[in-house]
Amino acid sequence: MDLTTKYMGMQLRSPLVVSASPLSEKLDNILQMEDAGAGAVVLFSLFEEQIRQEIAQFEMLATHGADSFAEALNYFPTPVNYRVGIDNYLELLLKAKERTNIPIFGSLNGITSGGWMDYAQSFQEAGADGVELNVFFIPADIEIDGREVEQRYFEILKWVKEAVDIPVAMKLNPYFSATGNMARQLAAKGADALVLFNRFYEPDFDIDQLEIAHSLELSVANEIRLPLQWIGILHGKVDTSLAATSGVQGSTELIKYLLAGADVVMAASCLFRNGIGYIYQMLAELEEWMQAREFNSVDEMRGVMSQANISDPTAYERANYIKILQGYNPV
Amino acid sequence: MGKEKRIATIDANEATAHVAYRVNEVCAIYPITPSSPMAELCDEWAARGIPNIWGNIPDVVEMQHEGGAAGAVHGSLQAGSLTTTFTASQGLLLMIPNMYKIAGELTPAVFHVAARSIAAQALSIFGDHSDVMACRPTGFAMLASASVQMAHDFALIAQASAMRSRIPFIHFFDGFRTSHEVNKLSMLSDEEIKSMIPDELLWQHRQRALNPEHPFIRGTAQNPDTYFQARETVNSYYLKAPAIVERMMDEFAELTGRRYELFQYHGNPQAERVIILMGSGTETAIETARFLEKEHGEKVGVLQVNLYRPWSATHFLKALPKTVKSLAVLDRTKEPGSLGEPLYQDVVNTIAEEEKAIKVVGGRYGLSSKEFTPAMVKGVFDELKKKTPKNHFTVGINDDVTHTSVDYDPSFSIEPADETRAMFFGLGADGTVGANKNSIKIIGTNTDLYAQGYFVYDSKKSGSQTVSHLRFGPRPIQRPYLIAEGQANFVACHQFNFIRKKDLLKYAAPGATFLLNSPYPADEVWDKLPRRIQEEIIAKQLKFYVIDATKVAIATGMGRRINTIMQTCFFALSGVLPKEEAIQQIKKAIEKTYSKKGKTVVELNFKAVDSTLDNLFEVKVPGKVSSKLEFPAIVPETAPEFVKEVTAAMMRGEGDLLPVSKLPDDGTYPSATTRWEKRDIATFIPVWEPDICIQCGNCSFVCPHSVIRAKFFHKDLLNGAPEGFKNAPVNARGFPETQYTLQIYGEDCTGCGLCVEVCPAKSLKESGKKAINLLLREDDMIEETKKNVAFFEKLPHNDRTRVDAGSVRGAQFLEPLFEFSGACAGCGETPYVRLLTQLFGDRLMVANATGCSSIYGGNQPTTPWSVNKDGRGPAWSNSLFEDNAEFGMGMRVAADKQLAIATRLLKELAPQLGNTLVNEILDAPQRTEGELREQRIRVGVLKSKLLKLSNDKKTPEAVKKQADDLLTVSDQLVRRSVWLIGGDGWAYDIGSSGLDHALASGRNINVLVLDTEVYSNTGGQMSKATPTAATAKFAYAGKRVGKKDLALQAISYGNVYVAQIAMGANPQQTLLAMREAEAYPGPSLILAYSHCIAHGIDMQKGMQQQDLAVASGYWPLLRYNPALRQAGKNPFVLDSPGPRIKLKDYAYNEMRYKILTRTNPEEADRLMALAQELTDLRWKTYEEMAMLGAKDFAPVA
Repeated sequence: MDLTTKYMGMQLRSPLVVSASPLSEKLDNILQMEDAGAGAVVLFSLFEEQIRQEIAQFEMLATHGADSFAEALNYFPTPVNYRVGIDNYLELLLKAKERTNIPIFGSLNGITSGGWMDYAQSFQEAGADGVELNVFFIPADIEIDGREVEQRYFEILKWVKEAVDIPVAMKLNPYFSATGNMARQLAAKGADALVLFNRFYEPDFDIDQLEIAHSLELSVANEIRLPLQWIGILHGKVDTSLAATSGVQGSTELIKYLLAGADVVMAASCLFRNGIGYIYQMLAELEEWMQAREFNSVDEMRGVMSQANISDPTAYERANYIKILQGYNPV
Repeated sequence: MGKEKRIATIDANEATAHVAYRVNEVCAIYPITPSSPMAELCDEWAARGIPNIWGNIPDVVEMQHEGGAAGAVHGSLQAGSLTTTFTASQGLLLMIPNMYKIAGELTPAVFHVAARSIAAQALSIFGDHSDVMACRPTGFAMLASASVQMAHDFALIAQASAMRSRIPFIHFFDGFRTSHEVNKLSMLSDEEIKSMIPDELLWQHRQRALNPEHPFIRGTAQNPDTYFQARETVNSYYLKAPAIVERMMDEFAELTGRRYELFQYHGNPQAERVIILMGSGTETAIETARFLEKEHGEKVGVLQVNLYRPWSATHFLKALPKTVKSLAVLDRTKEPGSLGEPLYQDVVNTIAEEEKAIKVVGGRYGLSSKEFTPAMVKGVFDELKKKTPKNHFTVGINDDVTHTSVDYDPSFSIEPADETRAMFFGLGADGTVGANKNSIKIIGTNTDLYAQGYFVYDSKKSGSQTVSHLRFGPRPIQRPYLIAEGQANFVACHQFNFIRKKDLLKYAAPGATFLLNSPYPADEVWDKLPRRIQEEIIAKQLKFYVIDATKVAIATGMGRRINTIMQTCFFALSGVLPKEEAIQQIKKAIEKTYSKKGKTVVELNFKAVDSTLDNLFEVKVPGKVSSKLEFPAIVPETAPEFVKEVTAAMMRGEGDLLPVSKLPDDGTYPSATTRWEKRDIATFIPVWEPDICIQCGNCSFVCPHSVIRAKFFHKDLLNGAPEGFKNAPVNARGFPETQYTLQIYGEDCTGCGLCVEVCPAKSLKESGKKAINLLLREDDMIEETKKNVAFFEKLPHNDRTRVDAGSVRGAQFLEPLFEFSGACAGCGETPYVRLLTQLFGDRLMVANATGCSSIYGGNQPTTPWSVNKDGRGPAWSNSLFEDNAEFGMGMRVAADKQLAIATRLLKELAPQLGNTLVNEILDAPQRTEGELREQRIRVGVLKSKLLKLSNDKKTPEAVKKQADDLLTVSDQLVRRSVWLIGGDGWAYDIGSSGLDHALASGRNINVLVLDTEVYSNTGGQMSKATPTAATAKFAYAGKRVGKKDLALQAISYGNVYVAQIAMGANPQQTLLAMREAEAYPGPSLILAYSHCIAHGIDMQKGMQQQDLAVASGYWPLLRYNPALRQAGKNPFVLDSPGPRIKLKDYAYNEMRYKILTRTNPEEADRLMALAQELTDLRWKTYEEMAMLGAKDFAPVA
């Protein structure tokens, strides 16, 4: 059975890629991912803002109370080989590249042009096979219009493409007015892959304390729907790789995404739930399913259910909604 | 020499350590101010893998005290390693026993000493020669450095001489004045150092070492038959030593071009009047003598003593001009009761032995870094002109009691016109000092100019003011004294509120530049200045500039740190360097300093530099004074006379002007003086919301500065309350018509925010609002606070017998007798101390180990230890660092003794006093506040009766004597509470054996260990309380050994009450433990988790960190009460539930742990796993103990 797939010009041994998550913070986990059969690994996201804050916080804490009192002009030894966030990240990247034979991608969330470019360059220098741009941006400022938001994505892509030679993937959110057109434009501007979709951490309320409650929930299966739809629509229509992410709970979602037309399928939540070894099981189940339907390769099954390939393309559009309503029988 | 000069701009500690590190293989040390940086630097260099001149990386070991350090030095030397140590003051005194041994065995070594005062009537961290002078009999040679360059050079000359002469050396320089002065110097290369210490000397040292391959014994016990002769065997070594040092100085001169002599004469070769001295004062004296000769043609000179021991009379006489008629010998030490101070006596003896006809007088100067200025030097020279000059004089103070002082004209100055003198007034936290150190390095290292920097800090750990004194000039700057009034060409005030409180411009020279960080723009600022400041600006025709540095900092992403901005202003305005070059140099320096912290930080600083010049404006100074604003009174008129006369002078920065007569003879000072020192330092102040408040008392319970006070009172007392005086009905049952109030002392608050963090009451309608919230300080808030505090203080204190002191809620109503300390904002120690005084303050005796708590408790000018309305309060004293347990135990022994005397006398006088009163007094239980009050009433009656007896003529003489006797000890009949307070450095390290002994004594002492797990006061050095995986100074790579379990050690005695507490986790348990410890009639030990600035945390979250420490199982809350064992119950109680979070979830909120994850992640992981294992194991042990029966524990003796 041929599970290989092509993603951003690279041949991967399987279509299952581990998406950016805290799981990849440890080298041991990355090694296990390779052992279990992952096609590639996207390292956890490096947040420029977080690095800046961390540096500022370290600076503040390290100098807090310094040069204030004659007996204690400082409180900490001057660190030797002190590494800020990026250093540890690069070291992990370097080690992961040394110890594995699968592609390793860096994931980046910047806040300044310099940040996007410098960090992406550092990824490249450390040996990353590609960089995934995690444009985690909520336009809370209501003065910003849609065009400006879109422009921001294009600029980021431009900066990073100028800065590096390795492939660049854009991780998108689903809230564009015209997601398909946005995807097409990004592909035209050189995005080597589109990763659909980013999950935002949406705030909740604690009504006892009158506070905003932040919690990170693992994804659930029905989150697959939106990316599935857009992968299905975009397959064959944009000249770039498509990666599906969100809601992958097991081989079922993996299969669905491939059928929609994804070049790779990304997973993390299910690995948190079931362990990294679950990759092996998912791929085994994929093979089993393919065997049962006599698909010889992932390439063969890819896009079978895409809008371009299904018998009724309108099923992807508004008609789909109508059919559901028609089929809905209240008890 | 044709070699390229290596220039550095550093302080003497670094200059000395640079050499000491390179010529030694082992450093055994113990931190003590002001020498600690030498050891810390060596530790840092070792961690960086920098080798010594033989290619080895020296081992730096931190010991438990200086006695231990000296022992380790001795052992290491005997085993053949070249070994050094760095110390000062009490530390050096602790080394003395070993120093006799090291010298007696002719073991070459150099002890580098940042010379410091010895604690006598008070401790002082500042510089004089009292410590090194105490070492004269040890047999150590002594080499005195006067400057940063000399300290660097003499570190090598001392080592080279020691290794050749086999005599150990003390190499000393003046603490702070030299140790901390930053100056430009030529650095020795490793090759130069090596050429002075040939390998053969190292090998000889090793050959003399103990070695089982060819064994011998050393350190025998001798008897009357040989000890004396054997003691004389060393004479020839001492006779040869001066010539060896001289030879080394000659070799050194050959090598470097810098020439030194054993006694170095400076001045007119035909001088008639000469001053003899050593240390930094020589620089002042030399410059002054040159000035007097050049400007006034005076025949004066200075004899600088470089090698003080062995004293070479030959060299001394050779160096002294033949024309000398009178000598003034200046000692920077005091030996009460002596004929004169040591250097004076040496000179007198030398002159007398040679039968020279020279008049010699001696005097004292500069004790505890007292300024020693050219004016004082001139005063001494002028004194020598007199027919009978004063002998045994003092200079620099006004001794109006024994009239020893020499007069001088303070306005005399020798500051040259071609030097720039700049003064900067900053706030401890604003980076002013750091920026100035940076400026000095920029100028000193990158230009031909010479630079000098000296930094003065105040006595508080929060809201402290720093004053930087910088000089730049074309020649080496040998001015070890502060910039005096009217001398600064540049004055910068980095905090606007400073200018409204003090006359900083008195330091400005005519025509000087004045830079002010002002929230008001150039066209508005004039009207905001006090009258005096306006007068100075006009009269001195100052060039006046303003910048809103805080605004620029915030706008450029620098937060509130204004250092880079103000530094840029200095360079732009001072003209020390051309502006463009200066900006370039600043940026270079920024890059160097911050590059390892990331590009972002560098960019932010660059941006701040670029924005500065656009925001710097000159103020058009009006021709006349318009302000009616006066400086606020330093203390109110209502303050006691002593405070107004003495304390206030110190607070104003005019303590130097206080004459001897104004100061107490024996170090005794009044309590309760911080209350007069309204510092008003908070940027944010808590504001109480009575409607939301649940009156739980948590906020006042955790307040480190005792600025949140609660009272309840009858509502009628609100008559006359100022408008806005907040209060609410008491929400507890049984208090009808009673109001509750929470008063915040805004002027005394540091704005730490601990109160807000622990407040559990939140608004039901407004998100984020609590019952207490921090608001930005505004002037009108302070004014309102003042009125409210005045009214609050008139409300009666709550009756202690009506307050439930056993609950946190109740304890808030007990008056704190420890208030408004200068501890760090958000200090984790002081809430425990405050609580102690609330509970037992009116009968409390405190023995306080040296450390943070002794500094915020007893550092002049004020003390937070307070008194109640009856005049009672804690009686507090600090003896030393190492002896606090013994000191406190002594207090207990004395109390017990006096109580026994009182008891005996009471019984003997029963016929006269009445059996009922006597029995009631002797049988009084004195457990509760009510019982204590009754006892006080009885003792009051007793005293009246005794006085009556004493005054009654019919009373037989023997009875009268007994009555008088009993009167002097009758206070002891009210139960005393003796507490020994100190940090972990004391309890775990330096005072460990004393503490162990005191606990084992069975005496009724109570020990409160304020455990910050690090030496906080001296800047974060590792102690045996430092936890595994944390980094600290001397635990650079993370502490590997587990923390000592002091609780278990104490529990093993069986009769020691032990508690481990953390206020932030369980305030009720804290309260319970303190009360139980006090009630227990034997020894008690309380280990109190104290979050600290040295943990690298946001101090506002300190109490949360305490909670997490407990939640992780790292800091289990426990009580071991021997009284339970006696009652047949398990005495060991675990008060905290099992671990709920992992250790790392607590630890990695703290910089001390997190550093290692950034410097060595693998090791961080390993040590964290180890630390978790230790935590689990400890918890398991405690859990098992909590399940045992009474008889599983040691019986109570």
